[in-house]
Amino acid sequence: MSAPALNVPKTARSGGRTNYEMWSWIFMRVSGIVLVFLVLGHLVIMNILDGGVQRINFAFVAGRWSSPFWQVWDLLQLWLAMIHGANGLRTIINDYSERDQTRFWLKAALLTATVFTIALGTLVIFTFDPTIS
Amino acid sequence: MPSASVGTLYRGHEGMWTWVAHRITGVAVFFFLLVHVLDTALVRVSPAAYDAVIATYKTPLVNLMEVGLVGAVLFHALNGIRIILVDFWSKGPRVQRQMTWAIMAIWLVLMIPGTYFMIIHTVESLFGSTS
Repeated sequence: MSAPALNVPKTARSGGRTNYEMWSWIFMRVSGIVLVFLVLGHLVIMNILDGGVQRINFAFVAGRWSSPFWQVWDLLQLWLAMIHGANGLRTIINDYSERDQTRFWLKAALLTATVFTIALGTLVIFTFDPTIS
Repeated sequence: MPSASVGTLYRGHEGMWTWVAHRITGVAVFFFLLVHVLDTALVRVSPAAYDAVIATYKTPLVNLMEVGLVGAVLFHALNGIRIILVDFWSKGPRVQRQMTWAIMAIWLVLMIPGTYFMIIHTVESLFGSTS
């Protein structure tokens, strides 16, 4: 039994299209490598070292965010993890939603949640006030 | 696109199951991340509000879920590295199956002490200190 024949594409891809999916593919790998260090570091510090989650409270967060190092760490982690995760979910929505309308609304919800969460997290890191009561 | 009723198994080897697990752990971690940014945002409300929500992270049930979260992130990270090696390392595709078993072993070796330190406080508070 021979393998099923593939139809030869009749027209070349129209010009002017950007290589969006290629950049998305590269982004997943580059951000993934950075996130391995950022997120696993975050989890080891927050959940495992020195009493783990039991020692976390407002004062602990205030102490960490008094250092620009952890502010930059958390900001980079927030943006990369959110975009990496949203792009992964975009792929999954494309794979499994069968109706165009379903696909559109799922992506609209995903985009809304992603923009909102990145904006909220960024605002919190930049406007954190350790003297708030 | 084929309908789900046709069947979605792809050969059923290790590579298919790591692909499935990569998707499931990715989605789970993403939804946790949405919640986690919301709970952390309470530092902007008041110390009391933040401490109250963090207190739930210290309860036995949520503490156990944290072990699941760390396990999911660790698998996703290790398998992601494996995918990158398959893509970019010239020998990657030939040894992808061995790399699957390697990441499983690394996962287990890291999760055993990790789980111990994550739940030791909960175990002691539930069943009393052994020391």
